[in-house]
Amino acid sequence: MGGEISILNVNKFFGDFQVLKNVSLEIRKGEFFSILGPSGCGKTTLLRVIAGFEDVQEGDVLLDGESILHLPANKRPVNIIFQSYALFPHLTVFENIAFPLRLKKFTESEIKERVGNLLNLIRMEEHAFKYPSQLSGGQKQRVAIARALANEPRVLLLDEPLSALDAKLRQELLIELDNLHDKVGITFVYVTHDQTEAISVSDRVALMNDGKIIQIGTPYEIYESPVNVFAATFIGETNLMKVDVLEVEEEYYVVEAPGVGVFRCYKDKEAKAGNRLILTLRPEKIRISKQKPMIFENVFHGIIEEEIYMGYQTKYFVRLDEGYIMKVYKQHVRYLLDEPILHWKDEVYVSWDPNDSFIVEVLTS
Amino acid sequence: MKYTAVYVLWLLVLFLVPLSIVVLFSFLEPRVHGGVLWSFSLRSYSYLPQYLRLIWRSAWIAGVSTILTLVLALPVAFYISKSGHKNFLLLLVVVPFWTNSLIRIYAWRVILGNNGVINQFLNRFGLEPVQFLYNPFAVILVIVYTYLPFAILPLFSSMEKVDESILEAALDLGANKREVFVKVLLPNVKAGLLSAFVFVFIPALGSYAIPDLVGGLNSKMIGNEIARQLLIVKNWPVASAMSNLLIVVSLVGILLIMRREKMK
Ligand SMILES: Nc1ncnc2c1ncn2[C@@H]1O[C@H](COP(=O)(O)OP(=O)(O)OP(=O)(O)O)[C@@H](O)[C@H]1O
Ligand SMILES: [Mg+2]
Repeated sequence: MGGEISILNVNKFFGDFQVLKNVSLEIRKGEFFSILGPSGCGKTTLLRVIAGFEDVQEGDVLLDGESILHLPANKRPVNIIFQSYALFPHLTVFENIAFPLRLKKFTESEIKERVGNLLNLIRMEEHAFKYPSQLSGGQKQRVAIARALANEPRVLLLDEPLSALDAKLRQELLIELDNLHDKVGITFVYVTHDQTEAISVSDRVALMNDGKIIQIGTPYEIYESPVNVFAATFIGETNLMKVDVLEVEEEYYVVEAPGVGVFRCYKDKEAKAGNRLILTLRPEKIRISKQKPMIFENVFHGIIEEEIYMGYQTKYFVRLDEGYIMKVYKQHVRYLLDEPILHWKDEVYVSWDPNDSFIVEVLTS
Repeated sequence: MKYTAVYVLWLLVLFLVPLSIVVLFSFLEPRVHGGVLWSFSLRSYSYLPQYLRLIWRSAWIAGVSTILTLVLALPVAFYISKSGHKNFLLLLVVVPFWTNSLIRIYAWRVILGNNGVINQFLNRFGLEPVQFLYNPFAVILVIVYTYLPFAILPLFSSMEKVDESILEAALDLGANKREVFVKVLLPNVKAGLLSAFVFVFIPALGSYAIPDLVGGLNSKMIGNEIARQLLIVKNWPVASAMSNLLIVVSLVGILLIMRREKMK
């Protein structure tokens, strides 16, 4: 039922300004695929290219193996949900959803049945005869989805459909969207600049920046093994370190980082002694304790410079003896009964497993 | 609050007082060389039935002109609302107002006249001159020309408020361009259509100079008769009674339109 989209080497300009730079993507049948990137990186433009609202200067867009670039927007078997929902203000919820069906000259009884099913799907039966201005943000969003599904498209394109809602509702609707995706089984292409949204529901994520695709992968791959500095810093928070390779071992490099000291890191990219690397180390992978841990490597001493209590965790900024300020996130779980609570100005030890840091870039030396 | 007082004052001075005078005069006796005699009479209204044909003609000329004006104004307003040079185009729309309207009506006589620009052109190709002036069509043409800006401006301002994305959404859902226009754009500019209707229909119904200058005997409108009664016959009460009738006809027209809107 779902459609498969191939975007092949697409280049798009607005005048002299290049918005899409050689973008290529394979989106699989029935997949929940997210396009994630900062504001202005070209996400909406890419979606509008697929929907048929923007032409491209170079490249091709295939749906199930056939180019759709020559088809106007109203002939493409894909539907888009706009950032603003774009419900018709002069029509009721029922008539909004019936709009595409009336265009296709469905009979009144067919319309009743299909709209009824869709209203049921989005749990909005009792609001069928309200106008959009009488709905809450979340309800509008659901109507927009139902209306887009009425045509039974092969692909549903969603442009930041949750960005106008408050955080709690966003969580709820995201889960709802995920369930809906499982029910209707069509391909979802979901655009967002919110990394948590993208990571929590997608099968795969494409990370975009400045008109280019930076990395494509499962949420796990995107989070755990970012391909470059942008990927590492855009998703989640991290400690970036420039380090010099001192020694090459079988599985690890011995490296020295200014402000930190000498430690081991996992050898996930090829480098030679004397090379300079950029490492990423996620703050939640770092242990922090008052007592010196019983291990001998990757342990550093420092002072808590700042603590931010977040409820479910505390963020610490630890100034290491050599000067580097390391972000460390600690969950509020106490493993030892007498484990002391850490506070501002406390002297602490930070340590991490050499397998938990990743090389994001090898700088030529 | 203090603005309310100013508003009421203006309304009184500029609208209610003159209107009351007209209503009052219509129930009085005429004086021979203009003015009124202060004695109550319904005689003026008893003359009105003989003007039924004139009233009917005024209504259809105004109605047809209004519809044509709206039909022409819609695409123009839409184009301007989507254009990148809105201010410049709006300026072009109001440029004709810089010239006195009588002069512009005379210009049409120069264009359409028996010896006018078009006929001279036709003559060059050996064609017989055509009588463009002095008929209802000339009147309709010039009314449409004169009141087009009054329709474009309110339509433009309501189209500008329509969210571009609902038009794209309609397209996305399978509508072609015509369907987008009829099923989504028009219902969302109803307010603009209504104001455009009012701004065009009412002055068109009361047209005086246009039928006087480009119309013939078969295209005189009620405005011409009011002027004749006032200035030539010097029967003020009859002129007043006809003015009141004009007001009633306009109001009925507008109420009918508004009721149709509500019923939908
Ligand atoms: N019609 C247009 N004409 C010229 N430039 C445009 C046009 N539409 C978008 N742009 C530019 O293209 C770039 C990408 O825009 P786009 O809307 O695709 O970004 P986005 O990733 O969706 O951002 P956001 O997260 O803020 O919605 C921006 O720099 C924008 O200014
Ligand atoms: Mg966008």
